[in-house]
Amino acid sequence: MWEHLQIELYKVFKRPRTYLSFAAITALIGVIQLGLLVDGKEYADFVMADFANSFSVDGKILNGYFICYVILQLLLVHVPLLIALIAADMISGEANMGTLRILLTKPQSRTSIVMAKFIASVIYTLLLLIWIAIMGLFLSMLIFGTDDLFLMKSSYVVIVKESDVFWRYAGAFCFAALAMVTVAALGFFLSFFAENSIGPIVATMSVIIVCTILSTMNIPLFNLIKPYLFTTHMITWKEFFDFKVNDANEAIIGSIQYPDKIIRSATVLGVHIVLFVGSAVWLFRKKDILS
Amino acid sequence: MKLINKLTCLLFVFGLSSSTHAQDMNVLVMKVKAKLEKVKDYTADGRMKTDVAFIKAPIGKVKVYFKSPDKFKLQRDGGISVLPKGGVSINIGSMIMQTGFVAIDAGMSTVGGTAVRVVKLLPDADAGEIILSTLYIDEANLLIRKSVTTTRENGTYEMELQYGKYASYGLPDKVLFSFNAKDYKLPKGITLEFDDTDKAVKDKMKGKKGRVEINYTAYTINTGLSDAIFK
Repeated sequence: MWEHLQIELYKVFKRPRTYLSFAAITALIGVIQLGLLVDGKEYADFVMADFANSFSVDGKILNGYFICYVILQLLLVHVPLLIALIAADMISGEANMGTLRILLTKPQSRTSIVMAKFIASVIYTLLLLIWIAIMGLFLSMLIFGTDDLFLMKSSYVVIVKESDVFWRYAGAFCFAALAMVTVAALGFFLSFFAENSIGPIVATMSVIIVCTILSTMNIPLFNLIKPYLFTTHMITWKEFFDFKVNDANEAIIGSIQYPDKIIRSATVLGVHIVLFVGSAVWLFRKKDILS
Repeated sequence: MKLINKLTCLLFVFGLSSSTHAQDMNVLVMKVKAKLEKVKDYTADGRMKTDVAFIKAPIGKVKVYFKSPDKFKLQRDGGISVLPKGGVSINIGSMIMQTGFVAIDAGMSTVGGTAVRVVKLLPDADAGEIILSTLYIDEANLLIRKSVTTTRENGTYEMELQYGKYASYGLPDKVLFSFNAKDYKLPKGITLEFDDTDKAVKDKMKGKKGRVEINYTAYTINTGLSDAIFK
């Protein structure tokens, strides 16, 4: 399988569209950083308008940690499209070019071929996230410096001590990786149902958009299915940036407010990955390959 | 006619006594002020805890600068600090109006087991930010144990002070600053929070008084601070 994985990685990284994603991420993050560097104060004033009526905040709010949080908040909604571009093309792209049958003439099990393709798309996803971390976190830290992380939630404010932030980002990026691998698994699964790349890419994005809308709308009917939608759990990375307080309302450094929420979301995402990839393997083993 | 004379006498005596009382209170306040004025400037290190139901903030180190008569600066020693907005900073000097006030005796009370004289300070001018200031003065030690300040724009603030090593200068070891904290809301579309916060958590975060607690660890007094620090 290792040899086949190398071939798959070669195919992924030989395609110009792979680098298009990295270029798009660079441009998007660059635009956000430039905007916040030039007019960040206005953005902060807008977000803090209500809060600033009663409190004055002293310190460097627009620091690298805060910028990275804004970037992740904005970007993790759009990154699935870039992941779908590759993952949803893994099987359908081969079918479109008519190379799938040739691939299966190799003396390898269908399961190992499918798994090699999926692992290649996972590696691409992880590299994309590492690139986001380099651009969004490390470059922002370099440009904007570091300080405490000041976050406005819908009904409360969290100030995370500078020394307590970095491990939270490590956790958040690991969780985001899990969420994005789920997207890759969905795209990969859908790529079995078409013989061109566009269909599965559009289908992946459509599923994500519909599920995100269902996750966002606060309607009792949808509330029943929300816990089972992977899109509801994709944003749980934010839980890393909320900590517990004791009875005297003193922050407990190094704690997470709802660790059970993170475990539950990770489990739901894990189950989705297993379901999508398991179904893909099962389908591929049964499928009569004609293209 | 006799009754009118008696009433006039009574009113005169009452007026005279309240005027004397006001003068006594003015003297008491001036004594406290004089004690505080021994400190021309100071720098203090401390630890600040912001206790507002809807703010989760770590305890942070602060540095406080004061220069007589009214220059005051609280600086977090690194990090971000949140303080209630308003003209009244967490500052002992701001409790006593500098000039133009009338001091009225409002009886005796106790603060933390210490007997205190309650004095209400009313400003002469109408336009000032402070409308009313109530001081709880420990007459024996000439220390302000508590103050309640009502401002025109920023509501009412309460300050409790505990003294230790620096009591002779009128400088507290611990300041507890209470204020009414208004809740705030941000649309979930901005914060991208899809799920509802627990009702119990929400209730816990509502309708409580906000408090800022500063524990001073060391004062450096009368070193001749530069004005540049306060800019």
